Amino acid sequence: MSAHELRADGAATGGVQRSSEHDGAAAKPGQANERDNGAGMPSATNGRPHRHSAAAPPITAGMHEHPRKAAAFVANDARLHWHDQAVWFIRAKRDAVSSTIPEWEQLRSLGDQIKKHTLSRLADYLEEFEKNAVACGAHVHWARDAEEHNRIVHSLLAARGVTRVVKSKSMLTEECHLNPYLEERGIEVVDTDLGERIVQLRREPPSHIVMPAIHLKKEEIGELFHHELGSEKGLTDPKILTEVARQHLREKFLAAHAGITGVNFAIAETGGFVVCTNEGNADLSTALPPLHIACMGVEKVIPRAKDLGVFLRVLARSATGQPITSYTSHFHGPRPSGELHIVMVDNGRSAIMGREQFRRSLHCIRCGACMNTCPIFRRSGGHSYGVTVPGPIGSVLAPHAKPAAHASLPFASTLCGSCSDVCPVKIDLHHQLLLWRGELGRAGLIPFSKRIGSKIGGWVLARTWAYQFFGKLMRWLLPKLPRALVYNRWNAWGQQRELPEAPPESFREIYRRQHGR
Amino acid sequence: MADSRREVLRDLRAAQLPPAPLPELSGLGLRYADPRQQFARSLTDVGGRCVLMAPGTPLGDELARLPEYTAARKILSLVPGVGRANVDLGTVADAHQLHDLDFCVLAGELGVAENGAVWITERGSRYRAAWFLAQHIALVLPAWKIVDNLHQAYERLSVGGPGFAIFISGPSKTADIEQALVIGAQGPRSCTVLVTS
Repeated sequence: MSAHELRADGAATGGVQRSSEHDGAAAKPGQANERDNGAGMPSATNGRPHRHSAAAPPITAGMHEHPRKAAAFVANDARLHWHDQAVWFIRAKRDAVSSTIPEWEQLRSLGDQIKKHTLSRLADYLEEFEKNAVACGAHVHWARDAEEHNRIVHSLLAARGVTRVVKSKSMLTEECHLNPYLEERGIEVVDTDLGERIVQLRREPPSHIVMPAIHLKKEEIGELFHHELGSEKGLTDPKILTEVARQHLREKFLAAHAGITGVNFAIAETGGFVVCTNEGNADLSTALPPLHIACMGVEKVIPRAKDLGVFLRVLARSATGQPITSYTSHFHGPRPSGELHIVMVDNGRSAIMGREQFRRSLHCIRCGACMNTCPIFRRSGGHSYGVTVPGPIGSVLAPHAKPAAHASLPFASTLCGSCSDVCPVKIDLHHQLLLWRGELGRAGLIPFSKRIGSKIGGWVLARTWAYQFFGKLMRWLLPKLPRALVYNRWNAWGQQRELPEAPPESFREIYRRQHGR
Repeated sequence: MADSRREVLRDLRAAQLPPAPLPELSGLGLRYADPRQQFARSLTDVGGRCVLMAPGTPLGDELARLPEYTAARKILSLVPGVGRANVDLGTVADAHQLHDLDFCVLAGELGVAENGAVWITERGSRYRAAWFLAQHIALVLPAWKIVDNLHQAYERLSVGGPGFAIFISGPSKTADIEQALVIGAQGPRSCTVLVTS
């Protein structure tokens, strides 16, 4: 949480109430951090300034946020293409694996229907889940927002004198900025997913929800481990680097007093929940310490255990092209002589449920496929979105809570629709992105240049004569204009590319000439 | 606290969503002519090792062929018939004592041909930490317990509590550094499934 976010919130109009704006406890005015999600890198606790700290942008910054941050990312052309290819590689793996399942489309439809049904009776299913979870010996807590979630987790830890926590990947705790909250209260939190540990050591947020460190090169990770973990200088072999992290994390697992995990699926009929990892870190985080805290958004519940058959078949295949994750852990109650606490969090979800055209975004199972396929994500990097969940799904979720701050995100899309095509639970992502554009425009939250451009474009395209006239005019005029007049600061398109050469004839003219009318 | 519960439920109910049916799940899932062979293929693809044992082979003999097993010093077995097991959970006072476990043998209750996953439950065993702390694991799975796909698996399994259960599909792995696949992230460096006939 940054000072910037607080300011942007102040300016937000009609935002979802009770979002994480009470997170003020974690904010340090004057140490503004460019990112919304300051998760894992509180300047206050580690005594080191954030690597990317900068003065807080003005109130209207949200309108330009994504392009501004993306500009820094695309400045390094070689790296941009490297990132593009790295992310596309995962999309290709997803394609290869999903095409081996003849009933893939049926599974997507079933996932969509199960989620739709669950949302239609969400409160009932949560009560059923709670009853059955308690019967298994778990304690269930309810949190309206991020602040309450953090307070519950902290009070559980503080009451037991816990000072060392290991945590497996949880987008919810990132969303709630749990790490800085706990660290400021003297609790060490170690992210145990390798990618998350890497970005935590770098004091930056994950750049991707499945591969948190996908923006980094192995040389940078070698350098980081040399400084932070005392490994030999100049290591670049991923095998050796992973081994260094293994030794480091094993010490942390053995020393921890409590383990925190996320929840992939909570099963209403049994009161249990499922956590998926490839590294086994959720299991090591919960099999050793006496206290396990599982944090989940209220939308994570599913009705039946057998529904897992549908979701688990599409989750890992969509995420990384694997048939299933290495570890799919089913927790029902605490370990013998241990404690299990489940924290269920709303944090704006009920408000999204109330919006018919947007509620489908709550189907999300956090596979990351929409990011991997998105031409904008691949070429601008996860950090340019400035939110915990980047990419198309993040761009439709983030504006609910803070429309002003995240007004640029629905424009970080070509509306090509590829995200909707790969989504394993059929969220109409590109459609929601378009809806947001209209909504933000009506709220006066998009910049003048975009507004006026759309106005003029809309006016011209609605009139055949205007379209023909201006087309002809520009074909004649454009080649004659001095360069400085065409490539000016209002021509965003021309800032990084050359405009295509104006053809001598329009399609209409060619057609007329060849066909006579 | 009680207020939060009430408010969250109230806010969720306030949306008043139209009813939507819960779909029946039937006729789903791939079928294989030879589920055992498919299981072996799937497991190999995810970085595991599958041994389809010949009838009558003693478990100990098969394990003795695994280099990870022969090199292991501390071995825990939760399956009878493993001669070299030398860790007795009855003498372990705390799961942390298992930190230097080299090898752990576990009983698989069901295998899934589609993805090479094996279902393991906590029933009758203390300290599931051993499953993840061990440097290497072997899962013993009777061939007749292999089903085609995950839908069949969930039809057959009694998922519920209290207790812990898990699908393990291959060894611990990561591709978090430049997407280079590395076997042996935080958990076991190898996972061998011994399929008994």
